[in-house]
Amino acid sequence: MATAIAAEGLGKRYRIGELQASYGTLRESLARATRRLVGGFHQHHYEEIWALRDVSFGIPQGQVVGVIGRNGAGKSTLLKVLTRITTPTQGRAEIRGRVGSLLEVGTGFHPELTGRENIFLNGSVLGMKRREILRKFPEIVEFAGVEKFIDTPVKRYSSGMYVRLAFAVAAHLEPEILLVDEVLAVGDAEFQRRCLGRMQDFGASGRTVLFVSHNMQAVARLCERTILLDEGRIVRDGPSPDVVAQYLQSGHGIGSSREWPDVETAPGDDVARMSWVRVVQDDETVDTVDVRRPVGVEMAFRVLREAPLLPKLKLLNAEGDVVFNALDTDSRWQDPVSPGEYVSTAWIPGNLLNEGFFTVDVGVVWLGLKLHAHTGAANVVSFHVYDPGEGDTARGLFSGRLRGSVRPLLEWTTEER
Amino acid sequence: MTQSDVQVREAPPPEAPPAVSEDRVERVFVIRPAPRMPRLDLGELWHYRELLLTFVWRDVKVRYKQSFLGFAWALIVPVFTGTVYILILGKFAKFPSGDLAYPILVFSGLLPMQYFTSALTGASTSLISNVNLVTKVYFPRVLLPLAGTLVPAVDFLVALLVLVGLMARYGNWPSGPEVALMPFFLAMAFVTALGIGFLLSALNVRYRDVAYAIPVFLQLLPFVSGVLYEVREIPEKWQWILSLNPMTAVISGWRWTVLGAPAPDPAKVAVGVGVAALLFLIGLALFRASEPRFADMI
Repeated sequence: MATAIAAEGLGKRYRIGELQASYGTLRESLARATRRLVGGFHQHHYEEIWALRDVSFGIPQGQVVGVIGRNGAGKSTLLKVLTRITTPTQGRAEIRGRVGSLLEVGTGFHPELTGRENIFLNGSVLGMKRREILRKFPEIVEFAGVEKFIDTPVKRYSSGMYVRLAFAVAAHLEPEILLVDEVLAVGDAEFQRRCLGRMQDFGASGRTVLFVSHNMQAVARLCERTILLDEGRIVRDGPSPDVVAQYLQSGHGIGSSREWPDVETAPGDDVARMSWVRVVQDDETVDTVDVRRPVGVEMAFRVLREAPLLPKLKLLNAEGDVVFNALDTDSRWQDPVSPGEYVSTAWIPGNLLNEGFFTVDVGVVWLGLKLHAHTGAANVVSFHVYDPGEGDTARGLFSGRLRGSVRPLLEWTTEER
Repeated sequence: MTQSDVQVREAPPPEAPPAVSEDRVERVFVIRPAPRMPRLDLGELWHYRELLLTFVWRDVKVRYKQSFLGFAWALIVPVFTGTVYILILGKFAKFPSGDLAYPILVFSGLLPMQYFTSALTGASTSLISNVNLVTKVYFPRVLLPLAGTLVPAVDFLVALLVLVGLMARYGNWPSGPEVALMPFFLAMAFVTALGIGFLLSALNVRYRDVAYAIPVFLQLLPFVSGVLYEVREIPEKWQWILSLNPMTAVISGWRWTVLGAPAPDPAKVAVGVGVAALLFLIGLALFRASEPRFADMI
């Protein structure tokens, strides 16, 4: 297989000042120049950061590769260098074939121009030849579903129509190499889903895809290989499940277990202190769980003196919305609890949660007019729920995305009358 | 070369081409640090010629789309400005008009001057008014000031109608073979506007002051370009100083080739051409040198 992207020692250096104040005024520059003159030509030392450093990798044609890392790790800079929007400071890269990117959706659209005119404008900006746009024109219009409004200025379009049209143009570019920055992608969840869908098609048709994302589940599902960036360098480059797991456990993400070895510094008050928390399935700490099977959140805490209390669990989805709160209703908590070590496990039933990323808050509380926490920790562990897609879950044989935080397997009855 | 020093060469197609359509050739781009010496890659510009036309087409279209009078504005503006000058400066201040009638003198000067003004403004603001393109897609940035300089040519062509009317009224017609030199003087206006446009658009990315300074400069320009008077009527010393301004040569050359006015002094035209060429080279070099950092700074 030929190489689609070969990067050798790519580096990009920014001066801090450049990043912060993107432009100055002449007055400031003159003032600076004057100071320099007066100060006897002392070289002004900028603080510099390397947004990208010694980045080397090769991507064979047809491979779908994820790029992950926390904010500021250099992911977007890498895409900017590969799309030639900005030049690297060092190193080189060879790119074979036309590069398209879904972060360019709607780039160059002009509100005063009609849908038809914008297709030509946008297509041309993205690198299509006029002949090519003419040929694909009917397809683009149909894909966007805007036939009736094709000669209306796009400023009169609904935002949905606008995005559909913009996406239709980008999706028909048919690049050999597709770069996707989900972090920068605009649009609602539906639109992002379409981007992912289109990306999947691209991968399936033997094109090369580089996918930058914070969505570990999507990376693990769509990419065979993942590159982990940190502080501008490649930390790990390998099969997606391994790299994603390393990222999640490295503390940049939230892992599937957390421990406070020192009772003195552990979160809590003079009544209760957290010891450790982990996500379990079959007695093992796991970070991905099968949607069909129960998953346990095990929390260990130390009770320091007798007091009324009970453990509590809160589950949040990837957007940070609360999925549910749950208290332990066991009768043992009706009396004050005596000092000692306790391990409570909350079992979240199978076929309850939707696929996706969840984080857990735990606490030890007492009940007054509202809940009072003796101890607690937010975003303490996380896990991914996946659906192996065998048709025995609430998604049936549907392979697209189902929205929602929960996805219970309901009992359905149908009568024919 | 391009801002990212991209080398384009033909590559042998891979064993199993994934999605090759007849519209494209497999290309290999080499991305590497910007070179120290700026160069102009004409081959790449040729490759992007359609995009240049698209930019021009977009700006012309947008410009007249929402205006009620549309292209009529290209007539109204110079007629109005011209009338004001003719009344105030010609009738009351009695500016020297040489062999030509004052109205046709002013109007023939106004046309290239207005082209130059619009072209310079368009080119200088071209980068910052296309921020979303500059920060999101790659193309040779040179296209933007280039398009900004080409767009006002449409207005110029429309406004020519007025000049033709005045030529009929006063009986000034091209008088000889020198009419063949007319494109040369127009090209000189184009090159000057583009050169300064390169310079100012690159500066504008860094210093927004440029946008405030341009109108001041442009308001002054007609007075030092011989738009409102016949240059030959002023003292010789001043004529030499004015010849440093390429637009002086453009306007007197334009009157000579189109209206049959006396020929400009070739030596003074040569000075203007030299300045225009110098401005163009400096502007282009500065533009190319700062091009790699546009996306980071804009």
